[in-house]
Amino acid sequence: MQQSRLARLTAGVAIVGLVLSACGPAGGSAAPGSAAASPAGSEAAPSAGAGGNIKIAINPWVGAEANVAVIKSLLEDKLGYTVTATPLAEEVAWPGFATGEIDAILENWGHPDLEQKYITDEAVAVDAGLNGVDGIIGWYVPEWMATQYPDIVDSANLNKYAELFKTSESGDQGQFLGSDPTFVTNDEALIKNLDLNYKVVYSGSEAATITAFQQATDQKTPLIGYFYDPQWLHSKIKLVKVNLPAWTEGCDAVANAVACDYPLYKLNKIVAKTLADSDSDAYKLIKNFTWTNADQNLVADYITNQGMSADEAGDKWVADNEAIWSAWMP
Amino acid sequence: MTAITAPFSARLESRTARRLLLLIFGVVAVLLYVLFQDQGTLPHDKAYPLFETLNGVRAWIEENRDSLGVFGVIRGAIGGLVGFFDAVLAGLGWPGVLTLAGALGLIFGGWRLALLSAGGFAALGILGLWESSMATLAQMLAAVLISLLVGIPLGIVAGRVPRFAAAITPILDAMQIMPTFAYLLPMTLLFGIGVAPATIATLIYAIPPALRITALGIRGVPKATMEAAESMGSTRWQTLSKVQLPLARRTIGIGVNQTIMMGLSMVVITALIGAPGLGVDVLRALQQVNVGAAFQAGLAIVILAIVLDRLTDRAGERMDPRFRRPGETRRQRRIVAAVAVSAVVLAFLYARTLADPTAFPDTVLVDFRDPVNAIVGWIKTTFVEATNAIKNVVSFGILNPLQGVLTSAPWVLVVGVVFAGAWFISGLRAAVIAAACLLITVGLGLWEHGMETLASVLVATAVTLALGVLLGIVSARKDRFRTAIRPILDAAQTMPAFVYLIPAVALFQTGRFTAIVAAVIYAMPPVIRLVDAGIRSVSPTVQEAARAAGSTERQLLWKVQLPLSRRALLLAANQGIVMVLAMVVVGALVGAGALGFDVISGFTQREDFGKGLAAGIVIVLLGIMLDRITQGAGGRPSTGAARAG
Repeated sequence: MQQSRLARLTAGVAIVGLVLSACGPAGGSAAPGSAAASPAGSEAAPSAGAGGNIKIAINPWVGAEANVAVIKSLLEDKLGYTVTATPLAEEVAWPGFATGEIDAILENWGHPDLEQKYITDEAVAVDAGLNGVDGIIGWYVPEWMATQYPDIVDSANLNKYAELFKTSESGDQGQFLGSDPTFVTNDEALIKNLDLNYKVVYSGSEAATITAFQQATDQKTPLIGYFYDPQWLHSKIKLVKVNLPAWTEGCDAVANAVACDYPLYKLNKIVAKTLADSDSDAYKLIKNFTWTNADQNLVADYITNQGMSADEAGDKWVADNEAIWSAWMP
Repeated sequence: MTAITAPFSARLESRTARRLLLLIFGVVAVLLYVLFQDQGTLPHDKAYPLFETLNGVRAWIEENRDSLGVFGVIRGAIGGLVGFFDAVLAGLGWPGVLTLAGALGLIFGGWRLALLSAGGFAALGILGLWESSMATLAQMLAAVLISLLVGIPLGIVAGRVPRFAAAITPILDAMQIMPTFAYLLPMTLLFGIGVAPATIATLIYAIPPALRITALGIRGVPKATMEAAESMGSTRWQTLSKVQLPLARRTIGIGVNQTIMMGLSMVVITALIGAPGLGVDVLRALQQVNVGAAFQAGLAIVILAIVLDRLTDRAGERMDPRFRRPGETRRQRRIVAAVAVSAVVLAFLYARTLADPTAFPDTVLVDFRDPVNAIVGWIKTTFVEATNAIKNVVSFGILNPLQGVLTSAPWVLVVGVVFAGAWFISGLRAAVIAAACLLITVGLGLWEHGMETLASVLVATAVTLALGVLLGIVSARKDRFRTAIRPILDAAQTMPAFVYLIPAVALFQTGRFTAIVAAVIYAMPPVIRLVDAGIRSVSPTVQEAARAAGSTERQLLWKVQLPLSRRALLLAANQGIVMVLAMVVVGALVGAGALGFDVISGFTQREDFGKGLAAGIVIVLLGIMLDRITQGAGGRPSTGAARAG
């Protein structure tokens, strides 16, 4: 009994010892080539790339992933940087400017509160200009509805169709499918102020909203909800935008009193103050980076519909479009 | 004292009197509801002042985090530990990790376990997810190590000092039920983005089972044994180290096992705050609504869970001399250990010869993405009418009326009914706690959302228990069925819900019913397991006696097996509720709204933080309320009665 325990103990100690010795030489005396490959966990460790390490947030939509894929490809292959791209919600990523954990966000959909705090008050982040993509937010229906009920595309006629949109979740009213709570929305105020007989039911996530629109298209079931462009789904199914009263300057100033459409968002890039101050090649590239909705949708389509990884999609776009990106190079 | 704290029902002598009282009580409640419907309700107020006050918590953290240097130290220490495990796994390379897994399997369980273990790890590489899997494994090892370092000592104290155990129980409840989303954001403010806050989030969830199960093990040591030790003059320390700990080893092994399972269930959530690993793969697939890709990553999590589960399970058994394999000699064990060690050494040396030992050879890849997407596509179009009909029946027939009653009744009436009902079922102490939970909900300004969530939780729990008990009974009676469903139950518990949410939305549309489906899938496995274990533990002698007395199988089940496994059934009900509550937030991702939505928007929108925090607290309160009410059901003494007696 005593001896068998000893045997097991010896085996255990031997394995632990081996494990310890394994992690020792990995960084130092091991065969050349293996040192750089081992993903050292310590976040402070300087990276191998000649230009240093750039930390970019991938915000949770595919368009953001497309931006990052292309910039990452250029930074790594053309400028000799390493890039750490981390998927993060906007609200989680912004504080990273203050702590040095995030260097850049490549597509910002207007967050006045975050801009106020991190750009104006704390001065840890800087606006790095537009990325060229126009963001459209609005109310959408699947195409078959716009064909079958042509006047549904005017919000003034929506009450006529409220009955169609009733679900188990919306009671006596029509269901308006709200989306992820992360997004900028005025839908509840719009419905109240336009006297519409609808109730906002939140899908809770972008994935749930996309699935709902896909099913509404495939099954020809009625659906009206919050959606936006650019978004890769538009390359798969056709959605039609419902016209709300036109947006005019200041019409959405008071959140509870909004009765007009969403504005057109000129999307911009935000970088950490430290990156901007370095005036490095990486900063210049990010500052110069500007493309179009079509460019972004193409890369998003590579990722979503053509089975490429984000890295492959970025590399492919870079290989095919030198004329566009050469203008961004420092 | 005992008379007052004991369940009210227990004091009523005759069964008729009890029925009569219940009837009167029911009639009065219905009458009051009819009379006062829509009066004294508490509609949701978005601008409830307390939410703004709670936003101050966040602002305070932001302002003071720089002066709170201790967080930087913790962050560094945890980052270092995860980094250490990263380096160990990278140093071993894939040949080393595979062989180590096999060697541990060989030592703990023998050849079959060795094959399962090494094969499981190989599958991670074959799925093309080696690198992510190792990142997840490193974080898991760090989180489990810290959980055990904290949980086991505290568990020993809790096992020996009842007063300490009583004091920390509500804290442990809160740690387990409080949705992670509610405190994820302040945690990134304190500990930054990445593995440190991710590990801490995992710890909060994984320490309670380690602590509770350790305490259970210590307490489970028979009194007579303890007294014998003491009478022989053992000091307290000797009793602990020579008697209690050795005898509790098997139970503590289960604690280790559960800690790992809890940790793995956090993988996707930790990806939300920038921790690398399999969770990132799941999240990115979700963004593209690519169920196949999410399944691929989810499968890797399930495989990791099953391998670690079996390894720790057998390691726990090995610690208990009673489970030692018969006929195994010292010499054999030594040979096995020597073989295992030398295999790992050889694999390690082989890894050194590879150009990049951390990169799994990607020549063999098994890809589930396209087939899974094809199957999902087929399901989406084939069953949608039937599933929609089911959803409508449940939503219109049960969910809407229940939610309607709970939200349109005066809140005072709801509190009163809960108080009276809890008193009747579980005694005065439970009733006071249950009513207090509801009163605090009122104070937190989330009554209406709380009642909406409660309605869904009740329906989900009822479905979970009905199906879970049924399948548990079948499982207890048919060994083959039990073997067949074990991997399915493992998968249902560890496959991230995010993976099957999208097909669920396609079939049932967004809404509360879809959330209920997800909750039932997640909550049913422990119920089935507990019911199975409870019925199987009924003494064979008793069953033989019943059979000899001419009981049919049906009578045996209803009159012997179920009544005798009442404790296990109650525990199953209790666990079912806790697991359903854990899914409230996930449910909000598919349109369940109410409290879960408040919590998510608190995570993603700055100005909603206070409301999200309040909603998280209300979920905990609902959990405690349901727990206290069910604890006393079926005559099991409530904590109060137990202490009085």
